[in-house]
Amino acid sequence: MTAPITIESLCHDFVDFRALSDIALEIDAGEYIVLLGPSGCGKTTLLSILGGFIVPTRGAVKIGGRDMTGVAPAKRPTTTMFQDYALFPHMTLRDNVAFGLRMRGMARRERYARAERLLELVGLHGDAGKRPHELSGGQRQRVALARALAVEPDVLLLDEPLGALDLKLRRTMQDELKSLQREFGTTFIHVTHDQEEAMAIADRIVVMNRGRIEDVGPPERVYQQPASLFAANFMGETNRLPATRGSQGLETPFGHLAPPQALVGDGPFTVCLRPEQIRSGSEGWSLGSARVGDSAFFGTHFRCHLHCDDDAETTLIAHLPPEVQPQPGARLTLSVDPARLSVFAAEESIS
Amino acid sequence: MNMRGLQWGYLLLAFAFIYLPVASLVLFSFKDGSLPLPPFEGPTLRWYGEVLGDRRLMAALGHSLMVAVGSSLTACVLGFLAAYGLARHVLPGSVWLRGLLIAPMTVSYLIVGLGLLIVFNQLGIGLSLWAAGIGHVVINLPLCFAIIYASMGAQQQNIERAARDLGAGEVRVITQVTVPMLAPAILAAFFLAMTLSWDEFVIAFLLTRFEVTLPVEIWSLLRSGLSSKTNAIGSLVFLGSAAIVLLLELFIFGRRRP
Repeated sequence: MTAPITIESLCHDFVDFRALSDIALEIDAGEYIVLLGPSGCGKTTLLSILGGFIVPTRGAVKIGGRDMTGVAPAKRPTTTMFQDYALFPHMTLRDNVAFGLRMRGMARRERYARAERLLELVGLHGDAGKRPHELSGGQRQRVALARALAVEPDVLLLDEPLGALDLKLRRTMQDELKSLQREFGTTFIHVTHDQEEAMAIADRIVVMNRGRIEDVGPPERVYQQPASLFAANFMGETNRLPATRGSQGLETPFGHLAPPQALVGDGPFTVCLRPEQIRSGSEGWSLGSARVGDSAFFGTHFRCHLHCDDDAETTLIAHLPPEVQPQPGARLTLSVDPARLSVFAAEESIS
Repeated sequence: MNMRGLQWGYLLLAFAFIYLPVASLVLFSFKDGSLPLPPFEGPTLRWYGEVLGDRRLMAALGHSLMVAVGSSLTACVLGFLAAYGLARHVLPGSVWLRGLLIAPMTVSYLIVGLGLLIVFNQLGIGLSLWAAGIGHVVINLPLCFAIIYASMGAQQQNIERAARDLGAGEVRVITQVTVPMLAPAILAAFFLAMTLSWDEFVIAFLLTRFEVTLPVEIWSLLRSGLSSKTNAIGSLVFLGSAAIVLLLELFIFGRRRP
């Protein structure tokens, strides 16, 4: 089962600060949405509001077209997978997974059958009689997922579900979450502060900062053409160049630049370029020549610090292909494709 | 090697200090002779036979059990509800409420007993096992509250939230999740309260009249002087307490925790 969600001008105030201000978001049925942002950005508060654990100060939440703003968690078509899994320690895995069905009055035989099917689906079919403390972190995570899916929610809310797992297991679980979501068709809303995780699983990423939405879009778009300076910084490494409005567009330490987008305001501006956009060569917008400082090999690329001749104060970080052989001390001519740059008003905070 | 010897010596001394009185009590309960003093003669089970055949003593034993179980159960239920309320809801002045609940632990049993005696007199409530039971709830409630409250962490709160999220109402959250999840702490509180009530003398002495608890009955026996019979009762009471503690150790504290 699945349902769309509409969030309308949502605000939430805690005693001494505003956790969410003016959040508006449309989520399609069956979408995998990732709420991404640093700690304190309001993403978990938003998830709690969707789950019914917090009633917002203002605004409305509609799930499947019905107003759910003040409805208790038990009466919503949502289930939450908690960060610490919150499994019932005194129950077997079978009873854990069947709990929601038991609350709905399903007969024991039937609910156990469904619980075992779900445990099998998450790869724990032989362990239905075990208790949570006998499991590893990754296994507990799978039980929590099975328990949340057992009641066939329209919307599954995941609060940093992979935070406690080691890196390798996290990557595996990302793939599993994604394929389970495809299989069930349920709308998934997943909170994380890890932008790689967000890019790996999201249909759309919602970048949040200080209780506001900074950007919403598919991972490629949010990464390549972020809507704000904050989103640009949070989505991955970026080089920032100061710029001012000049007679022929933008004035930067590397000379004129025809702005790739229409400029808003009078400046000053910040030009953002991703490390992999910097090329060795002279096509496009030239960054002049530079000397390679440090360089480290990452398998697919070299990550280099480049000291530019045109502007001694700027050190650019670039990902250069291995065939360029950017050994420390080597000299290179650099350029970028101007269409792929992003320009923002500089007064936005960079935190 | 010498250190080893010292360590063992110390250990033996410490245990002798703790268990010698009990051991001599138990030993002389088997003595064939009316005074529980050396030299030892016997052994005999005569005194145990007398104790078990003594109606007053057996009645007092029954009263003690009733008061202990009843008052501990009441203290546990009230303590649990207070702990649940204070741990799960933001209440005005909850720090003070917690303090007020625990404070009676610092008041001596004598003062609690005297206070209850005065109050019951004023209210016209007669002295009885009920009065003693109420007194035991008064002294055990803070203990039960403190033990159960300490076991209610944020992790448990999230688990209750998960139960609500999956469709459980408040009653089912408490009966099917909170209580079973906190069972070790609740049982520990219950058994501790029970041993305290079982042994308690001052309050029981002040608040009972015709039907009395075992410690009060033993005391009235002791007034007529030492006898091997009192040793036999003491041994039986010790056996009862030890059994409870052993059960507690085996089934609650000893259980392997995640």
